[in-house]
Amino acid sequence: MTLWLEAFNTDFWYAIVGAVLLVLALGAFITSRQLIKKLLAFNIMGSGVFLIMVGLAQYQHGPDSVPQALVLTGIVVAVAATALALVLIRKFVLKGGQP
Amino acid sequence: MIPLLLIIPLVFALLSVLLPRLPIKAIAIPGLVLQLIASIQLSVHTYKHGASDYALGSWEAPLGIALHANGFTVTLLTLTAFIAIVCAVYALIYLKRYEHEQRYFWPLFWFLLASLNGIWLSGDLFNLYVGLELLTFSAVGMVALTANKASLQAAIRYLFAALLGSLGYLAGVALLYGQYGTLAIQEIALIGTSDAPTQVALALMTVGLLMKTAIFPLHYWLPPAHGGALAPVSALLSALVVKASFYILAVLWLQLAPDAISPAAAQVLGALGAGAILWGSWCAFRQPDIKMLVAYSTVAQLGYLMFVFPLSIGTNAAAAELAWQGTVLHLLAHAFAKSAMFLSVGTLVLAIGHQGIKDLAGVSHRVPLALFAFGLSAVSLMGLPPSGGFNAKWLLLQSALSSGQWWWFIFILGGGLLTAAYIFRVFSVSFIEEARHKFAPTHWLLDVSALTLAAAAILLGFVSQWPLTLMELVPGVRS
Repeated sequence: MTLWLEAFNTDFWYAIVGAVLLVLALGAFITSRQLIKKLLAFNIMGSGVFLIMVGLAQYQHGPDSVPQALVLTGIVVAVAATALALVLIRKFVLKGGQP
Repeated sequence: MIPLLLIIPLVFALLSVLLPRLPIKAIAIPGLVLQLIASIQLSVHTYKHGASDYALGSWEAPLGIALHANGFTVTLLTLTAFIAIVCAVYALIYLKRYEHEQRYFWPLFWFLLASLNGIWLSGDLFNLYVGLELLTFSAVGMVALTANKASLQAAIRYLFAALLGSLGYLAGVALLYGQYGTLAIQEIALIGTSDAPTQVALALMTVGLLMKTAIFPLHYWLPPAHGGALAPVSALLSALVVKASFYILAVLWLQLAPDAISPAAAQVLGALGAGAILWGSWCAFRQPDIKMLVAYSTVAQLGYLMFVFPLSIGTNAAAAELAWQGTVLHLLAHAFAKSAMFLSVGTLVLAIGHQGIKDLAGVSHRVPLALFAFGLSAVSLMGLPPSGGFNAKWLLLQSALSSGQWWWFIFILGGGLLTAAYIFRVFSVSFIEEARHKFAPTHWLLDVSALTLAAAAILLGFVSQWPLTLMELVPGVRS
């Protein structure tokens, strides 16, 4: 039992927490009807994926610069996506759409 | 030659953003000619010397960005450059009445081309992700160009669907990197196994990419986005953008991990394709609006692309090769025919001032060339000879026979009949003599660009050997 628990080092926990965040946020993304809530859920899903990316790679191969560079790029993409979505939602609401 | 294909569109994109006083429209055509020349040269080079690689800034993978050009990618690059140049000529005329929109159209147009070229040339999984996201951003921007309530709603829906799809893809990339410690497709293809993490990763990536390719039942976002956009935008989106995520899906299934995929999973994808053909055609048949009809036709035609998986996974080598060739031809023929169709419909709507199919009465007299372009592209979509669409379906049918999967035979043939059903709805109205509306004159270049693309779809039926010869140079794709 203790051996089994020792395999779960910190990096592995990052990946597990990432997976949980991903699933929870996916549920919120699908069920919520409000656009802003959907956008928030998308951001949390993104964080979950990033945690999996860094945690899993470090758990398997030790400290590694490549996934960190990837996550950095991923964060930039997610910020751009959020900005674009906010602009579109704002315009949509100004034209009389349901937020 | 390889980096030029990224540099040209990026330079023109930056120029049109940073220097809006520059005559953006005037420099677009020379830029596109440059891009077409570059992609043809790369094709010739690939034909003579085989596949080539390029490390951007001499940074080798994994930290650097490795670009890879083979027979398949140069075909797609040339297709992109050709369709882009024709759509740009059309857009120059068409957007004259959209003063505000055209300022934003050209930068987005160039970014769209840059991300498409980036996807075709990319040799690793993460760059494909970045390419997909950039493609989404520019495509969503183009859908939202007119900024009315309907187009903004379509753009938001499209953006959320695409973001969800790319997160699924990225989660798969994370699992694959954790498993293999590399992102290069060719390396994973060598060391890949069919263990559980690989299977989960492939499943996540597949669902994400199906969402982005708008394969039934994940197609809900496509009709409002493609049907509501401006005509040159719809043409680019239907001809090229949805093909990018299909290209990645094909690379994953046929090149990255062919052993990790069970024939049963391939049958499921084929069934989704069959569902897309039935549902898309039925919806197209019921649309009162001509642009929505063409958009639902895209949903149906994308279904054919899915048949490559059941026809080539778990079957014999001959069937797999026929399926692959047929799919590539279908991709090319649909790109030409659907862009021609959206452009000709754009001209018809411009002439009539209404979008309803019943409003088309009288167009055979007054706008004959646009209707002729519509008819030519319809010939290819229905798969009548001689056309690229016919050759594609012929190869797929032979593959279905050769692998003994008669059920796909029915859907491939039946899809052509269903296409005929909704296309003839348009023709039955357009040959009515009495017009319901006054017709506005349209510019002759609009007709010429639609006719060029429609003629390309037909001509592909005579020169199908060209892309197929280039295709044989693809290493790794099972044939």
